[in-house]
This record gives sequence, C-alpha cells and structure tokens, in this order.
Amino acid sequence: MTDLVRLTGIEKRFPGVHALRQAQFDLRAGEVHALMGENGAGKSTLMKVLSGIYQPDGGRIEVSGQTVTVPGPRAAQTLGIGIIHQELALMNDLTVAQNIFIGREPRRSFGRLDEARLNADAAAIFAQMKVTIDPRAEVHSLSVAKQQMVEIAKALSFNSRILIMDEPTAALNEAETNELFAIIRRLKSEGVGVVYISHKMDEIRRISDRVTVMRDGAYVGTVQAADTPIETIISMMVGRDLETLPVEIPDLGAAPVALEVRGLRRGRAIRDVSFAVKRGEILGFAGLMGAGRTEVARAIFGADPREGGDIIVHGRPVMVRSPRDAVAAGIGYLSEDRKHFGLALGLDVRANVAMTSLARFRNAIGVLNEAALEATARRYIAQLAIRTPSDRQEVRLLSGGNQQKIVIAKWLLRDCDILIFDEPTRGIDVGAKAEIYRLMQGLAAEGKAIIVISSELPEVLRLSHRIAVMCEGRLTGILPGGPGTSQEEIMRLATVRQGAVEEAIA
Amino acid sequence: MTTLPAAAPARKATSGAQQKLLAFASLIVLLIFFSVASPNFLQTSNILAILQATSVNGVLAIAATLVIITGGIDLSVGTLMTFCAVMAGVILTNAGMPLPLGVIGAIAIGVICGTISGVLIAKMKIPPFIATLGMMLILKGLSLVISGTKPIYFNDTPGFSEISTGSLIGQVFPSVPVPNGVLILFVLALVIGYVLNRTVLGRYCFALGSNEEAVRLSGVNTDAWKIAIYALAGGICGIAGLIIASRLNSAQPALGLGYELDAIAAVVIGGTSLAGGRGSILGTMIGALIMAVLLNGLRIMSVAQEWQTVVTGGIIIAAVYADMLRRRRAAS
Ligand SMILES: Nc1ncnc2c1ncn2[C@@H]1O[C@H](COP(=O)(O)OP(=O)(O)OP(=O)(O)O)[C@@H](O)[C@H]1O
Ligand SMILES: [Mg+2]
Repeated sequence: MTDLVRLTGIEKRFPGVHALRQAQFDLRAGEVHALMGENGAGKSTLMKVLSGIYQPDGGRIEVSGQTVTVPGPRAAQTLGIGIIHQELALMNDLTVAQNIFIGREPRRSFGRLDEARLNADAAAIFAQMKVTIDPRAEVHSLSVAKQQMVEIAKALSFNSRILIMDEPTAALNEAETNELFAIIRRLKSEGVGVVYISHKMDEIRRISDRVTVMRDGAYVGTVQAADTPIETIISMMVGRDLETLPVEIPDLGAAPVALEVRGLRRGRAIRDVSFAVKRGEILGFAGLMGAGRTEVARAIFGADPREGGDIIVHGRPVMVRSPRDAVAAGIGYLSEDRKHFGLALGLDVRANVAMTSLARFRNAIGVLNEAALEATARRYIAQLAIRTPSDRQEVRLLSGGNQQKIVIAKWLLRDCDILIFDEPTRGIDVGAKAEIYRLMQGLAAEGKAIIVISSELPEVLRLSHRIAVMCEGRLTGILPGGPGTSQEEIMRLATVRQGAVEEAIA
Repeated sequence: MTTLPAAAPARKATSGAQQKLLAFASLIVLLIFFSVASPNFLQTSNILAILQATSVNGVLAIAATLVIITGGIDLSVGTLMTFCAVMAGVILTNAGMPLPLGVIGAIAIGVICGTISGVLIAKMKIPPFIATLGMMLILKGLSLVISGTKPIYFNDTPGFSEISTGSLIGQVFPSVPVPNGVLILFVLALVIGYVLNRTVLGRYCFALGSNEEAVRLSGVNTDAWKIAIYALAGGICGIAGLIIASRLNSAQPALGLGYELDAIAAVVIGGTSLAGGRGSILGTMIGALIMAVLLNGLRIMSVAQEWQTVVTGGIIIAAVYADMLRRRRAAS
C-alpha cells in the first residue's frame, strides 16, 4: 500500500532561521500520526509546507504516490489536505456556516449566495460530527471549544483525506477533548489520515498510532505509540533525559500572608470568593473551563470591574481599580490569551520583554538605554531557552510556545511580589515546561506568592502547595498539595453544584 | 459542551440591530425637535431640500462603507468624485460626445481609479490610509490641471442637469417631486445593501474586515477581491461625481476635499466599525440623514454655520461613544 503522504528532504529557511533541515514525514490512510518536538522544532512549519502556506526551499512532497507541488491553500484543498491551524483562523464577525464555506460558498447566478444551502450543508457536517452548533451563530459568540469544532468542521467540509491538527486541544477541557477524540476515531475508521500535533504527552498514547519526533527542524525518528515509553519520546524530543521531581511542600507556618482576597463578587461569574496566599507559597487554581478562575484573576488584577470584595496586600487593604493599581501594589498577571492581552506582536523580543518595566531603562529625560534593554532581553532568552534568531526578531514570527515564554519573561522582569500565572504552559513543550516549573518554584523560594491557574490537573498537582478548586464562580474547596491529593478529589470539587458547597468548605 | 453562560450569544446577535435602532431613534428625535422648534421644518420643500443635500454625501458614504467594512479606509472618495465630474465635462463639453458616453465615462474613470487604489493596497501592500491619501492629492491635482482650474459648464448638454435635478417620480406623482439625485441614492443603497448581504463580494467584504489572514488561509484570492471592492467603491464615486456636477450644472475642480470626512462621519454615525468586519448600508443611510437633518435644522433655527460644524463633530463622538457603551454592556 502506498502512503497517503510522503515528505522527504524538506528544507525551509526564514531570514535568520533554518526552520526545516532535511525534514521527513509520512502518513498512511486510517492512522493517527503524532508529530512531536520542542517549541520551534518546526512542526507547524512542516505542516504549512504540506498545506501550501509556505513553499519549501527543497525536498519532495508526494501525495498518494504522486510527486506534487502545493502552490497555495486552494491547491492543498484540491489534493484533499485540510489543516486546523495552531492559532484559530476564523472570521469572528461571520456566522459559523459562512466561516466553514468561505471561498466555496454555494452560489446562484450573478454571484448571489445561496444562504439556505450554506446553512443546511453546515448543519449536515455537524450532524455527521455529532455536535450541536447553530450554523447561524456568529463565531465570536461561541466558546473557544466550539470555535475549535468549527475549524474541524471546516477541514472536514473539503472531504479531506489528510487532516492536519496543530495543537487542537490546547484550549479544550477534558470532556471536549474526549469529544474530539471520538471524532478523530470515526474519521480514522473512514480511512482518513490524521496528523496530530500536541504537547500533551498523555494524549499521544490515547489517540495516536505512530509518533514522529523532530528536533531543531530535523527528523529524529518514528516509533510505535503503543509500545514506546513516554520517557523515550521525551528524550528524543529534548535530546537528553528529563527528571520529574515531585513537589516539595515547604513549611509555611510562620510565613506572612502576601495576598488576601475577601468576598470577591461579580455577577454570576464570581460569587463570594475568599482566599489567602502566603509569601513563598504556590496556590494552584483548578476547575473546569468556565469555572471563573480567569475571572477571579482579572478581578484581582483590576482588569475587570468587581461588585464587591477587598484585596489585602501584605496586610494592608489596597484599592485596585485598574491593572496599573495592581502593578503598583506588586501584583502581576500573565494572561491566558497572549495574542490579545499579553504581547505586542509587531514589536521585537527586546521591546516586549521590557514592556512593563520600561521606567527602569530610561534616563532622566526619558531616553531608553538600548544596551541595557538588549542585555536583559538576552538574559531571558538564555534563561528560558527562547528560540529566536535575535532579540530584534518580531514576536509574531516566533513559534507559539516561544511567544508564551516571552510573556513570562516580561513579568519576571517586572519583579512583582505576587504573580498570577493563567495557563502558563499552554502550548509549551515538555522541556520548557520543566524549566518554567523550576522557575516558579525558584520564585516561590525567594518569597514571592504565586497563583497558578491551570486546566491540566497533573500540572496543578505537580506545582501547587495548596489547591483551590472552583465551580460555577464559587470556591468549592481548598485541598492540600502533594501526593496525598488525587485527581478524582479535585474533579469532585470541580463539579459540585450549589448547596453542596457549604459542606465541602466545612 | 462548555459551561459558558448561554445568554451571551443571543445578546450579541442583536447588537448590530441595536446600534441601527439607536441611530434611527436619534434621527426621529432630531426630526421631532426641529419640527417643534420651527414650523418651516416639516414643509415638503424643506424635506426635499434635506434629501437633496443628502444625495452626494450619501452616495460617497456608501462607497466608504464598503471599504471600511473590509477594515480599510478611502480618503480619496471626495476628490475622486470631483475628478470624475471633471472628466465628464471633458467628454461632454470639451469633446462634445453624447450624454450616455459621459455617464459611462465618469463611472469607468471611477472604477479605474478605485482599481489603482486597490492594487496599491492589495498588491503593493501600502496601508490604505497612505495609498488613498496619495490618491486623494493626485486626483485633486489632476482635476485642477485638466480643467485649467476653471469650472467646466454643461450648457451644451441639455439633459445633463436632469440627472440630479429632474424628477422621474414627480412625473408620476406630481405632489412628491423627489429629485432624481435622491432616487439614485435610494436605488444605489438598495443595490449595494443587497450586494453586501447576499453576494460573494459582500461576504468577502465582511470576511476581510474580520480576519484577512484567515480568509487567505482558506484559499481565497484576497488580493483580487480587495481590488474589486475598491474598484466598486470607485465606480460609486463616479456616480456621486455625476450627481454633483449635474446639480451644479458644472464640474467644479476646486471642490471635493473634505467630502471624504463627511462620508466617513456618516458611516461611523451609522454604526459601521472602523476596525472592519461589521456595518450596514442602512446604518450609513441613517447616518447621512442625521448629518443633513442637523445642518438643515440648525440653519432654519438661524444657528451660525460655524456652529453646525461643531455640532457635527460632537455627534460623531457621541455616536461612537454610545456604540462603545453598548458593546461593553454586551461583553459583560
Ligand atoms: N514566517 C516566519 N518567519 C521567520 N521565522 C519563522 C516563521 N515561521 C516560523 N519561523 C521560525 O521557524 C521555527 C519553527 O517554527 P514552528 O512554528 O514550525 O515551530 P513549532 O514546532 O510549531 O513550535 P510550537 O510547538 O511552539 O508551536 C521557529 O524558530 C520560528 O521562530
Ligand atoms: Mg507550532
């Protein structure tokens, strides 16, 4: 049997970056083939070459045994190649159906649109996927998970035989991921070949048949998913063995409270949330998506108005009405949505790292000290292993995970006493994840108070000294960290409805 | 599937309609206010004067709406209008060609200039603000050069002034002599409204303004569509050129600068987002009417012309602020 896809000797250079070096990959019909590698390894770039978004500088692309060129996205569609991009690529102001069929809308004479058929066709795809989404809903009104489903529906609408998914579960919760996997299995049984890119190790085992690992733009190897230990895959990715240290919970009995929140309220999103974090403590926030964790963080940070509640920093009540007030009080917030709130994408790495701390780099009349800016940026590039050709590279040209690291660098530089990390490792590779965990633990050991919001339970368990669990805007319980606490216990608290709450807290 | 509040989508879906409703309500309030303040205001002749005054700005605002929905901007609509008028003068008066050729010629010139703007923006990647600023100045200069800085009169083309000031409706219903210029505006609004909401071109207007990169990744030839949209807007400016030249029975080469800002003002008051992706012709029409009613009403109340400009500026800011407030409420 010939392979659906065979990529050999693919080369791709960007200014200052050799992104793909003799990269290779193959895909069979009816298999899920995971593509893994560190941030910036070239996974997205390789798939963009296959789907006609980038033109390779060398190498061969074969589809069903035929050597082909893929001059553009349209050509890829004709070849039956569908791609779901790492960053959602939807038109927010258009409806779901309009998004799915963009560029191929059913037409009548004179370029008039057949809106009824458009909606019916979209509904048919959703029915096939067994998900309920209104084709007429505007995309901005959907949750991220549903938007992801729209992307999938769009890729399926081409009758793709080759489906590329670039980190499709980055913003999905457990239940939604299961739903996605059900869809993938169904496609697989119909003979579709799926390329699956993800940094979540547990998913690879669950969904994929084979795993190909890339490092620094080059092919490392391909293994069977079923009988290869995760540790082997990880060491193929990072080129060395990673040790996983269990969380060590320090004795904070005498430590003073750094941040206390009392009776925080805002509509139905935040209902009477109170907690305290000590200096040197890492407080994890667990819960399902939409539980209100980000809302709590944004309210503390002054990014959203709050209807009630006191914020007490180092024993003194502070007025936080804007992020400016919060930063002045020593609170930093690393947003989960780096594209919208965390980065100036058109500016370079240097400017982004220094964004919140520019005051430190200027002289009396406001002229910036570029040499110091450069030194600082370089320090963080080294410390966080940010993959970029230089500190002058525009941030939008970096890979997704490396962008996330820059958000982290920015707040580390700001040197706040209290740091709130919202989904800090979303889209970050295992090696860098370990690095970021180590960093957070180091910050805590220095006496900073740290709040970590994460949808990945293993991450919460691995990091937190204590774990706060939220459900529907309420704090449903606080559990001790460490090996004594199980994922099941957290899940139970994350799904308690009102009424059961008092009992759980008590 | 997720636990997001279910109420959000319904609220958002109606938000566009809300803004139009708000603009429409303001228009009604203005109408009531002025009719109470001055008995002359609601006279048929005055209403027709308001509509007549809306026709040029309304047509230009329709062109501007198309471009603004794509997330672009067109600063050249005013001077392009003038350039088309001057070229109509060249064709009809200087070359003595028949009327239909002048009409077709003016619109064709508009399409060509719009295409040039589109190529500058889509192919040469010049930001729309800069590309159309350049076109604005080039066209203003060309109008002056070609006309020798003097008005070109259409006295030798008898039918020409009928384009704007004649009244087809008046021939059928003598009691409502709506001038043709106004008729053209309303027909154009209906046609472009249909194009925006029911055709492929309209779909790509919204799609480009919403997320151009996503459209490109979907395999759509975004450059070609963008050029087509600017070309269409240019053609509409040609129509505006015919209306204004016909009303003045002359092409006034010095005219045109400043019209682009009035057109953009009407678009913004009508609730079209300068960020692109959302907007409507109905809103733009209401916006253009609000501006015309305001100017007319203030004049009837003998408010000095200078103050009318101040009030228009205030209205723009108020309209956009009202939209912001509504959005913030919808988001929370
Ligand atoms: N358009 C571009 N211009 C310049 N450099 C680029 C461009 N696109 C990607 N790169 C660089 O190419 C390298 C590979 O990037 P790519 O996005 O393929 O990584 P990735 O493996 O998908 O990483 P991640 O897991 O973070 O998504 C990175 O160093 C990135 O900065
Ligand atoms: Mg990637």
